Amino acid sequence: MFRRHMMTLAVSAVALAVTTGFAAAQDTLKIGASAPKTGPLAGGAAVTHWPNVKLWIQDVNNRGGLKVGNKQMKLELVEYDDKTSGEEAVKNIQRLATVDKVDFIVTPYSTGLNVATAPLIARYGYPHITTSAATDNVAEFAKRWPNSFWLLGTSKQLAEGVADALVKLRNSGAIGKRVALVNVADAFGLELLNAGKPALQKAGFDIVYEASYPLGTQDVAPIISAAKAANPDAFVAFSYPPDTFALTEQAQIQKFDVGAFYVGVGTAFPGYAGRFKDNANGVMGVGGINPDSKAIQEYRKKHKEVTGADPDSWASAVTYAGLQILEQAIERAGTTDKAAVIAEIKKKPFTTVVGEISLADNINHNVWSVGQWQNGSFNGVASKGVDGAKAPVKKEAWK
Amino acid sequence: METLVTGILLGGTYALIALGLTLQYGVARIMNLATGETLVAACFIAFWLFASYQVSPLWGLFIIAPIAFVINWAIYTYLLRPLVDRARNAGMLEVDSILATFGLLFLFQGLMLRSFGGAYTSYTFLAERFEIFGGFYGLNRVVAFVAACLIAVALYLFLYKTRYGTAVRAVAVNPNSANLVGIDVASAAALAFALGGALTACGGTLLSTYYTFNASMGVVFTMKALIIVIMGGVGDVRGAVLAALILGIAETAVARLIDPGLTLAATYALFTLVLLFRPQGIFGRQQT
Repeated sequence: MFRRHMMTLAVSAVALAVTTGFAAAQDTLKIGASAPKTGPLAGGAAVTHWPNVKLWIQDVNNRGGLKVGNKQMKLELVEYDDKTSGEEAVKNIQRLATVDKVDFIVTPYSTGLNVATAPLIARYGYPHITTSAATDNVAEFAKRWPNSFWLLGTSKQLAEGVADALVKLRNSGAIGKRVALVNVADAFGLELLNAGKPALQKAGFDIVYEASYPLGTQDVAPIISAAKAANPDAFVAFSYPPDTFALTEQAQIQKFDVGAFYVGVGTAFPGYAGRFKDNANGVMGVGGINPDSKAIQEYRKKHKEVTGADPDSWASAVTYAGLQILEQAIERAGTTDKAAVIAEIKKKPFTTVVGEISLADNINHNVWSVGQWQNGSFNGVASKGVDGAKAPVKKEAWK
Repeated sequence: METLVTGILLGGTYALIALGLTLQYGVARIMNLATGETLVAACFIAFWLFASYQVSPLWGLFIIAPIAFVINWAIYTYLLRPLVDRARNAGMLEVDSILATFGLLFLFQGLMLRSFGGAYTSYTFLAERFEIFGGFYGLNRVVAFVAACLIAVALYLFLYKTRYGTAVRAVAVNPNSANLVGIDVASAAALAFALGGALTACGGTLLSTYYTFNASMGVVFTMKALIIVIMGGVGDVRGAVLAALILGIAETAVARLIDPGLTLAATYALFTLVLLFRPQGIFGRQQT
């Protein structure tokens, strides 16, 4: 009896020692991620966010993990669905920080969810590298939450890019001065309008038609026919994915031919070219990529191989770049201490798939503002501080 | 001219939505607040059939309408009949049915959110150019309008040219008197409710060919259907169709000539005017 108990004790002691030994030899870095898998933004997150997280973790682990000091640490992902709800997102961050005790947290997806979770992420001291939040308040946010970094640019930059692109087309003789301007009456649409309208006017364009429509508008046929009736040279819509697709379809059906056709968010999705095929050529939208960049070419190829889908041509590459910055900052700091990593992010620039990014003041100032579908590639045609812009081409008539 | 045609095309689709509710409210006396959800469910089923099995929505009508008929018949018989039986007067039935169908609304919405998620969904079907009088319109809208017309005509023939249809209309006018002349009010009401549900589902199927829909959108359609039904006179098919056309044209005109953001305001303004000056609706009978 006594001997049996001793045997059990001895065996367990040995087992414990052995397993503890194994655990110590294999260090893992726990990475937490909370983003939409259901809800209105699930579609966008499925294209722009989750594939990049998956790709990054796989890339790093295939390389043997991150070199932190003199340890090789592999990445382990803890993921949660925030159901496109700010409340759920905050709960997830709380859980990741206190229950799962993750070492680092991947940025949430979309401006709204990033802003909703920023205070809590700041409280727990994690570096918060946002890559899918475009808002004019970046300077204020960076000051309020010094652990936050904003890579996607401001609405002002994106809207002024539209004026830049239209000026290029006007100078090349492709279009005249008349612009029809519509926008969705929601936060991002309004920010774009507030910056875009004065930029267009300052550049010498006449706004011959202006309309704002509520979020979730179903029937955009009257908007297109009214814009068409004003006989513009260019059509600019600061729209969201459902209306982006609807406006394009109506313009095609009603044969609304203009030299420049710009629709806002959603144009950069691979699904846009998939849906409109040849008719997508010449359409401009938010975002853009440099198709000649080797880094981008490799990134797109790997993305397709690993995740089975194409990346989008706006925030996908930026999201991957943000993860690269986190990875490089951890390796440079040589420690998993969150404050040290944050300090490291601000110190020196990083080499990423979208080029060199410097976050000395927590903000990435160099972004693509406008892209255009040219032969199946959504090329950047206007930017703030990024090289490699292609010349915008005139939009041909709808087929 | 273009505004008129677009408005009529839109009105045609609204008519289908409203016909369903007018039958349910006018004959079965059930204010079905879940009617919008029935419509959106039909949208999703049509999308699923098209995306997964390449079944054209026009053929999908023949699948979705009977299913909606059966489900609505079951809802009436098992959920709403007990309410009808124990209601002491029309007012109490209305209140009970509103509460019951309000709960049904959330049930349907929850089921749809679970099955299809909350994202906006749409599919492309016949999104080609179709010319009418020099203006270009989506072929899908024109086809939806034509289909809606055919369905409305079929409904009219049923209600006005057949015995059973006349019985249904009699129940709409006065259920007690209809009972006295030997009409089985219970089964007529069940039939009307089921038929109303099938019509709404047809409207949803046709609408899905050119609208972007999501699981939470039902209430918007319920509101519009309610407005059209009351504007046209409760229980009157011709009134519902006319009111739907008026609403479609008014909405399109406001969106085109004034501001796209004011369509809902215009809808409610029209509704308020009707209630102020002709509360029984266009074809309704004056309440005694």
